[in-house]
Amino acid sequence: MTRQTPLHAEHVAAGGKMVDFAGWSMPVNYGSQIEEHQAVRGGAGMFDVSHMTIIDVDGAGAEAYLRRLVANDVAKLKVNGALYGALLNERGGVLDDLIVYRLENGYRCVVNASTRDKVLGWFARHAAPDAQFAEQDLAMIAVQGPDAVAIASEVMGEALAEIKPFAALAAGDALIGRTGYTGEDGVEVMLPGDTAVTLWRRLAAAGVAPAGLGARDTLRLEAGLNLYGQDLDEDTSPLASNIGWTIAWEPVDRDFIGRAAIEPARGQNEEKLTGLLLQDKGVLRHGQVVTTPFGNGIITSGTFSPTMGSSIALARVPRAAKGDCQVDIRGKLKEARIVKPPFVRNGKILVE
Amino acid sequence: MSETPSECRYLATHEWARLEEDGTVTIGITDHAQNALGDVVYVELPEEGQQVGSGEEAGVVESVKAASDIYAPVTGAVVAINAALEDEPEKVNQDPYGEGWFFKVEPADPGELEDLLDADAYQEVCDAEEH
Repeated sequence: MTRQTPLHAEHVAAGGKMVDFAGWSMPVNYGSQIEEHQAVRGGAGMFDVSHMTIIDVDGAGAEAYLRRLVANDVAKLKVNGALYGALLNERGGVLDDLIVYRLENGYRCVVNASTRDKVLGWFARHAAPDAQFAEQDLAMIAVQGPDAVAIASEVMGEALAEIKPFAALAAGDALIGRTGYTGEDGVEVMLPGDTAVTLWRRLAAAGVAPAGLGARDTLRLEAGLNLYGQDLDEDTSPLASNIGWTIAWEPVDRDFIGRAAIEPARGQNEEKLTGLLLQDKGVLRHGQVVTTPFGNGIITSGTFSPTMGSSIALARVPRAAKGDCQVDIRGKLKEARIVKPPFVRNGKILVE
Repeated sequence: MSETPSECRYLATHEWARLEEDGTVTIGITDHAQNALGDVVYVELPEEGQQVGSGEEAGVVESVKAASDIYAPVTGAVVAINAALEDEPEKVNQDPYGEGWFFKVEPADPGELEDLLDADAYQEVCDAEEH
C-alpha cells in the first residue's frame, strides 16, 4: 500500500500525475514538467516534500550523539541555524545526506524518504542513553523561486526575508527554513498536515505553481545538487561525491563515524564528481560510460536542462579529468565537456 | 482521455501507422504515449533509405524523464523523416498525429497493416495500463 501525504487530494485535484516514489504516491508533474521547472526559475513554485523523513533529536547528549553520526559538525550551529551534511558508515560510504536544524531544544534532521528505515535503524544502533530521537509526523512544503520568499511572507504573515540563508524560524507549530533543493531562493516549511493543506491552497491562490518530482529533479541537477542513491551511495566516499566541503575535519579529535576510513584519502581521492555538458544532441542518463584521456568514468545523474536547452549530467570521473570527453549513448560516442557544477543558480546559467 | 484516431492502426508499444493516399505509411507515437512520456526533448530517427522491419527498433524518443525505443509497425524502406523534430521535438507532444510524425515507410506488404491493432483494440491496451 503506497502512503499518501496530507496534500494528496490537492495533487489529484490539480491534475497531478501520481507515481510511486519510495513507497509514497507523489505527483511527478501536473502536465508539463518543463513549465513547472520554468515557473520555479522565473517566479515561484511549490513542492510537496512531506514524504521526506523528519527526525527530532533531543536530550542532554543530543549534540554529542549527532557529532558522532554526522560528518559535518552540528556544534557549529546556533539556535535556528541549519547545515547540510552526510551520515557515513564505518567504511566511509555515504549512508544518507541530510539537513540538520538546531532548534530551541535539540535538533531536527531531515533525511530522504527512500532511506527512512535504514536511517532510523542506524540512529537506533548508535543510540546514546542521554539522547532521544523520534520521527515527526509533519508535512513539508518547499516554496522556491525568485518570488517565493515575498509571496510566502505575504501568505504566512511572517517576515521570511529576514531569515538568513540556511537558517530557520520557528513560527507557532511550523518550522520555516531558508533552504531548498532548486538553486533558487525560497523556504521549506515543516508543519502539521491539516495546516499544510490550508497553506498549500493559499499559496496556490497567490499564484505559486505546484511543481512535481520531475521538475524537482531537473532543478536540483541544474543546481549541481546530489540525489541520494544516484550521486551518493554507501560504497562511495563523500570525497568522490563533490561534498568534501561538508566534512568538518576540525576539531581533529572529533571521532565521527567514517572518519578513520576517509581521512587517509583526504586531498588525494582518485575520483571526483563533476559536471558534464553534452555538445551533441541527445540526453545524458544515469549509467552511461564517460571516456576521457585520464580514464573512464560514469554518469550518476543526467537529464535535459530546460534552462540551457541541452543535456547536462553529474559524472564520477578520474580526479585529473578535464576538458573534452565522450559519452557512450546507445553505442554511439557523443562529444561532451567536463565543467564544474552548478550549471544554473538564481536563474542564471553559470557554465559555457 | 487520449485521442485515438480511427484511421490509424497501432502497435501495443504505442506507435501509430497511417496508410496515405500515395501508398506510403506514416508513423509516429500516440497521444497516450506522448502523455505518458511527458515533455519530449529529443528524437532519434532512422535514415532515409534505411530498411526497417515490422516490430523492430527504428528510433528513440527521449522525454525529460526517460528514453524509449520506437518500433516500426510495418516492414519497408524509409522514404521520409520529419527533420523538423530535430529542433522542435515538442511537436510530438503538441500534435502527435500531425506535425509530430516521425517517419514514412514504403511498405513491402501493405497487408501488414491489417495485422496491427485497430483504434478500439489499442484503446483497450491503454485502458488496461491505466487501471
